[in-house]
Amino acid sequence: MPLTEQERQQFTAIAKKIRGDLVDVTQWSGGAHIGGSLSMVDLAVLLYWKYLKLDPAQPDWPDRDRFVLSKGHAGLGHAVVLANRGYFDIALLKDFNQYGSPFGMHLDSRKVIGVEVSTGSMGHGLPEAVGLALGARVLGASWRVYCIIGDGESNEGSIWEAAMAAAHYKTGNLIAFLDRNHLMIDGRTEDIMSLEPLADKWSAFGWNTVVVNGHDLDALAVAIEAAQAHTTGPSMIVCETVKGKGVDFMENNPAWHYGGLSVDLAAKAKQSLGV
Amino acid sequence: MSTAEGGLTWTVYDANKMTQREIYGLVLTELGEKHPEIVGLSADLAKSTKISDFGDRFPERFFNVGIAEQNLFGMAAGMAKAGLIPFVSTFSVFATLRAGEFLRTDLCYQNLNVKVIATHGGTSFGSAGATHHSIEDLALLRAIPNLTVIVPADGIETAKAIRACMDIKGPVYIRIGRGFEPPVFESEDYDFEIGKAIELRPGTDITVIACGATVYHAIEASRMLEREGVSVRVLDLHTLKPFDDDAIRRAVAETRRIITVEDHNRIGGLGGAVADVIARGGKGCAFETLGIPDTFCSHGYPEDIMHIYGIDTDGIAAKIREVLGRDFEDDEDWEDEV
Ligand SMILES: Cc1ncc(C[n+]2csc(CCOP(=O)(O)OP(=O)(O)O)c2C)c(N)n1
Repeated sequence: MPLTEQERQQFTAIAKKIRGDLVDVTQWSGGAHIGGSLSMVDLAVLLYWKYLKLDPAQPDWPDRDRFVLSKGHAGLGHAVVLANRGYFDIALLKDFNQYGSPFGMHLDSRKVIGVEVSTGSMGHGLPEAVGLALGARVLGASWRVYCIIGDGESNEGSIWEAAMAAAHYKTGNLIAFLDRNHLMIDGRTEDIMSLEPLADKWSAFGWNTVVVNGHDLDALAVAIEAAQAHTTGPSMIVCETVKGKGVDFMENNPAWHYGGLSVDLAAKAKQSLGV
Repeated sequence: MSTAEGGLTWTVYDANKMTQREIYGLVLTELGEKHPEIVGLSADLAKSTKISDFGDRFPERFFNVGIAEQNLFGMAAGMAKAGLIPFVSTFSVFATLRAGEFLRTDLCYQNLNVKVIATHGGTSFGSAGATHHSIEDLALLRAIPNLTVIVPADGIETAKAIRACMDIKGPVYIRIGRGFEPPVFESEDYDFEIGKAIELRPGTDITVIACGATVYHAIEASRMLEREGVSVRVLDLHTLKPFDDDAIRRAVAETRRIITVEDHNRIGGLGGAVADVIARGGKGCAFETLGIPDTFCSHGYPEDIMHIYGIDTDGIAAKIREVLGRDFEDDEDWEDEV
């Protein structure tokens, strides 16, 4: 179902606030993976505020849904989402990246509350998500697994090894999202290593696949609910996104895969976001 | 002298302004002009490793395979079989652990002429945390037959090693840092031979054996101790394989106290290699290893991490003082056998 007007307004406001926080933390930390964090914000808000079964007060609640950020370099984005969702105080991110802080640029599941899997090396999250999904089946548990992978990350063989396994074992409790922002570090994905026809590849691998605008909350909601209803195998929601979404000088700019922000530049970024 | 390659050489003036990676990119490009058989490969880390300099100059001889390290090494092996000399660059942790079996079986088992220039070695990518640290590579690589393993001390030594590895017809791994390691050498005007340690400071009381980023700190510690009247020899043991057993034996015989220091797990790297030579030599000797104490390091600035684990100047100096006070078994016939 599309969102209610109230939900739409609420989630839009949260996404905007989170984008502003991403700018702050990037400035505090001296440098962070802001481009690929901004591209997944809308999806992450929808998951954390509507679809994930979770309780920030009980991060180890056994029946919670499991969220795996396979593109773990966007740990900045994940940390800011978790803070806003009430897992911890956002002030803890003041020393993001510094020695002694629990928060490094790739989040450590043994240090950061709410993080299920330590990622950061590409192509590890999806295999673990498949394992978690099968774990739920063996345990007879009803929780689902949600996983975000990158498009550059989709170059990794292990992504396709996991894709085969998920389809083979018919993990109907696994819903994956591909943050299709068309950029990786060295440039555009189609210039570095062509991925297209990407959705067709996932379909051919046996996944229930759709393509949506990853910044359109209603379209995402419809796709997620359809994926939840598809229980005979894994679902892939390819989210067409813009890397750096919301900050004009970062949008579609490979230079903003990772970067630092001076006070001035941070102010410009916030101006562009309207926060 | 290691190599017949002439041309541009680097001095401390350039090195002060450039990271090891930047010097690597420039030297490789220069070699590419003379050797049309050199090709470059990376896995979405062309800019980050600076092999992009080569790629910009020779686009038809450069291949970015996307984020796919296993295929990166497999393709390099195929190109070597075709008669080319591939230089492959990615972060050290991915070169050795992600693609490790491809490195071993494709490159080393078949003894192929591929040069792996791995950046962000040790804890040099400090803030990226344990997923991006590489503190196991030397232990792993020492155990792979046919592979030459080099850990240059700074940018200038990186240039020397890149040139010298062209003389080897087989797989070579060169581990460099992320950048900004303080320069050790003044210019390329010194003898660099793969497999031969370099005595950077003479000394008779104790020897500090270092590789990579810790060489600079060993020198600083040696200078510090000199002011206290202690004579500290410093060896730059840039080649982990083949290993310079003679330099170790000489240090044992002449200083009888040895400390190793490396930006690597204390297990299996430089310290392990030196311990092996000492134990087989059978000579009593006071010995300590400095390195990462078998733990996944936290994220943080590399200088902080090095300080916390005692592999910087202060840590080395403290360990020297400790080892100077240590007893060891003194054979009666020590002098005869040396
Ligand atoms: C195995 C591995 N190889 C290389 C890297 C370095 N790296 C970090 S992010 C990145 C690019 C990721 O691109 P993409 O998945 O498209 O992420 P996004 O553009 O959404 O940030 C690379 C190559 C890594 N983290 N892991």
